[in-house]
Amino acid sequence: MANKAYQRIYTRLESITKATVSLKAKGVSNDELAVVGGKLAQVVKTRGDLVTLQVFSGTEGIPTNAEVTFLGEPPTLKVSEQLSGRFFNAYGDPIDGGPEVEGEVREIGGPSVNPYKRRQPSELIPTGIAGIDLNNTIVSGQKIPFFADPDQPYNQVMADVALRADVDKIILGGMGLSNDDYLFFRHAFESAGALDRIICFVNTTEDPPVERLLIPDMALTAAEYFAVDKNEKVLVLLTDMTLYADALSIVSNRMDQIPSKDSMPGSLYSDLAKIYEKAVQLPTDGSITIIAVTTLNDGDITHAIPDNTGYITEGQLFLRADSDSGKVIIDPFRSLSRLKQRVQNKKTREDHSQVMNAGVRLYADAQNAKTKLENGFDLSDYDHRCLYYAKEYATRLLSIDVNITITEMLDTAWELFGKYFSKAETGIKQSLIDKYWKGS
Amino acid sequence: MKTKGTVTGIVSNLVTVLVDGPVAENELCYITLDGTPLLAEVIKVNGDKASVQVFESTRGLKNGDQVEFLGKMLEVTLGPGLLSSVYDGLQNNLTTMETVFLKRGEYTDPIDHEKLWDFTPLAKEGDVVEAAGWLGEVKEGWLPHKIMVPFSFKGKYTVKSIIPEGRYNVDKVVAVLTGENGSEHEVTMTQKWPVKVAVKAYKEKPRPQRIMETGVRCIDTFNPIAEGGTGFIPGPFGCGKTVLQHAIAKQGEADVIVMAACGERANEVVEIFTEFPELIDPHTGRHLMERTTIICNTSNMPVAAREASVYTAMTICEYYRAMGLKCLLLADSTSRWAQALREMSNRMEELPGADAFPVDLSAIISNFYSRAGMVILNNGKTGAVTFIGTVSPAGGNLKEPVTESTKKAARCFYGLEQNRADQKRYPAVNPIESYSKYLEYPEIISYLDENVEKGWVRKVLDAKNILRRGREANEQINILGDDGVPVSYHVSFWKSELIDFAFLQQDAFDAIDALTPMARQKYMLDLILDICHREYDFDDFEKCREFFKELINDLRQMNYTEFQSDAFNGYVQTIENKTNGYGK
Repeated sequence: MANKAYQRIYTRLESITKATVSLKAKGVSNDELAVVGGKLAQVVKTRGDLVTLQVFSGTEGIPTNAEVTFLGEPPTLKVSEQLSGRFFNAYGDPIDGGPEVEGEVREIGGPSVNPYKRRQPSELIPTGIAGIDLNNTIVSGQKIPFFADPDQPYNQVMADVALRADVDKIILGGMGLSNDDYLFFRHAFESAGALDRIICFVNTTEDPPVERLLIPDMALTAAEYFAVDKNEKVLVLLTDMTLYADALSIVSNRMDQIPSKDSMPGSLYSDLAKIYEKAVQLPTDGSITIIAVTTLNDGDITHAIPDNTGYITEGQLFLRADSDSGKVIIDPFRSLSRLKQRVQNKKTREDHSQVMNAGVRLYADAQNAKTKLENGFDLSDYDHRCLYYAKEYATRLLSIDVNITITEMLDTAWELFGKYFSKAETGIKQSLIDKYWKGS
Repeated sequence: MKTKGTVTGIVSNLVTVLVDGPVAENELCYITLDGTPLLAEVIKVNGDKASVQVFESTRGLKNGDQVEFLGKMLEVTLGPGLLSSVYDGLQNNLTTMETVFLKRGEYTDPIDHEKLWDFTPLAKEGDVVEAAGWLGEVKEGWLPHKIMVPFSFKGKYTVKSIIPEGRYNVDKVVAVLTGENGSEHEVTMTQKWPVKVAVKAYKEKPRPQRIMETGVRCIDTFNPIAEGGTGFIPGPFGCGKTVLQHAIAKQGEADVIVMAACGERANEVVEIFTEFPELIDPHTGRHLMERTTIICNTSNMPVAAREASVYTAMTICEYYRAMGLKCLLLADSTSRWAQALREMSNRMEELPGADAFPVDLSAIISNFYSRAGMVILNNGKTGAVTFIGTVSPAGGNLKEPVTESTKKAARCFYGLEQNRADQKRYPAVNPIESYSKYLEYPEIISYLDENVEKGWVRKVLDAKNILRRGREANEQINILGDDGVPVSYHVSFWKSELIDFAFLQQDAFDAIDALTPMARQKYMLDLILDICHREYDFDDFEKCREFFKELINDLRQMNYTEFQSDAFNGYVQTIENKTNGYGK
């Protein structure tokens, strides 16, 4: 980010907030980068001569006579095969001690794919976790977040999923990652011997929050390079998008914008959609799949961040600690994969969708029985059977530590149905019952 | 001379322009960025400063960049070839763009000017015509596409000449019209119309007369939507809004379907244009895509064009309505459109209304819904635009401005419920809170009397009553416990479950269950009500549950089998035997 000799240097800031500075300048273009007192900044607003810049690393220590130079271009990333196996900060500078990456300079946050040029996602991404593969099957080109309270092991699950998935590249965009979690990911990737197909862009809690705003665009620009130019299957992991949204609200607040729900900017939906919609199945075999994390405040999905996310993404995976089985499970009620119909019964066995629905419906009956029990009512025979079923279903299928094939998951479900229920109680289509029923 | 201007301020896609002449509200302009023209629309004027919303990314735009005003509002091109097209919100043809990534400032023609159409004249020399009068006809797919006097023509015109039958492209002058003042006007197969202005070239807009079948039982039977009616589907994410809307699009009894994907997921649009060309329209046997136009502004496309997309879609529907056709407009989701309005209002630093939405939100929404309706054309024929919008309430809470404003405007309410979705009771339309005002219309009641059965509406209300009583009984059971209430409470509850499981729930992914024609709906409702109207005497609630669960299973299996097939009739017999065993 060196200054060019002929550029005009401004030395008078009109106003400073914690995240932005304003100054009078001419010939400035929207979204262009600038250096303010040695810190990188981006133009977010112009009004007449007055230009407002968002300073990524915060404005601490910037004096009103700080030197400001404009770089004439929006943020960019150099893309090439050399990105593989490397760790970068939010600006795309290496943080692993390795050399600078050589390659083609690309603007980050570029245009979107023509919807008509997309192909319908139809390739299964198996993860071995039944809560995902059986109930919420993920498909390449999909975008899906984990909704989890901060105490859930979402980063571990995400690392498991990434390493089991059959993809060419895994790109991690870490936002507000604690240093421990950053090292966890690094270690997990290293010990799996997967380092050559990993690329990481990391902003840790030690870095200034506004820098996070660059992370998803950096990660996705790299992803587009591999998916579009190299026809590769790319999996992008974004954690934690709640911290990304928090950074958005900091900037909009400093710019005196009227906040909408939960003090988030009114453009939150568009801001998040711009990121998630980069998930794509291209007409060539290249694809970008996004698995993200949105941390919740005490399971509250009505908060603006998870709420807007839910409307954008193709489902969500809800992590919950289950008291019956003592395990962390993927909640079958609140979780959903919108693209599961693309592969269920087509790429998987014909009984998949009916087994999935019956399994969840019976689990719902168990929850009703549990409510009755808690309210001190007598339980019927059916209620008791439901409760036994629920415990085994949670342990053997919903728990995140499961790692089996989809056929094994289906067989396990039939085994549980046969053990606890009559054929009619499952409500499954007769032709499938005739073929797969286990037990009397 | 055209008004020109220079850029003086930029916040995201809101740009302030210093103008040198007159500008109109909603007038279009081109802002030139390094030689690329970016389309923008005036949304506010203050002195010589116009605020414009740019339909593209403003990255790289500078103060001082040049602006040229076009002297017209955002308009669409109307003519043969709109059907089976995929457009963006500004009616650019997405299928003819070559690059994988959308290029800023690339505008493509919505209409194919090369294609030849078989034209048949309908008017003759000397005929007196007015706006929307039918001059001729071409076959678009299997639909008779009328070539009309442009909607913008005012007063009466005399046909001076009209071309004979033959194959022509859309730019061919098909007729020359003489106005009352003797002026001559050439008419081609295309015309332009500003999207934000309703097409009013018809005689009158009466109350809806009949229902539009969708094959979805919880709609057609319980809360039917009228042809030319309005409805909306609010629901939290993950409750099956999109699946329900796609089912209506696939099965809706309409000549023309326009789907506006407004700020929604691109993959959902891909699903439509991948599957629809394969799917067969159950009413005509033709490919679904032949009657479908897709307007697509996905959530990552420029926000300002999102607002335009719903208007573009509505105008195309109004155009086909003027040909005497039945159109169905589906917009998913109108909340995204409202949010686009909010983003702009916010950037303009207007005083916000509730939840930071603009204060005129309610007026904008009801104005839009009012463009739907059945109309009697000037030639006495009828046409209709039925509109169903989805709403995505923040946090699933229906007490929010978009849902509340829409509730005032739409006549049918299909509320999706989280609780039902959690239990996989799809479609998750709440059977008790949802309503159709059309069930109160005398016109619709007598239509149903004639076309389904005399007294049909009473039957529907009866079924709704059983559901309501079942819910009340269930509340009592939950408070007092299974044993704490008389067995009759259980019977009430299970009767409502019977209607829910066997009638309201419907598998949108099963080839047979997905589409239930009205005759089959009537048969099933009769069968179910017959079971419900019998008296039962069970020893205990366990027996009651067992009895109804078996019946539910039989009825569900019926829904998966061909209507009146042997297997189907076999289940009827089984059910008959079971109920006779218990009935008193």
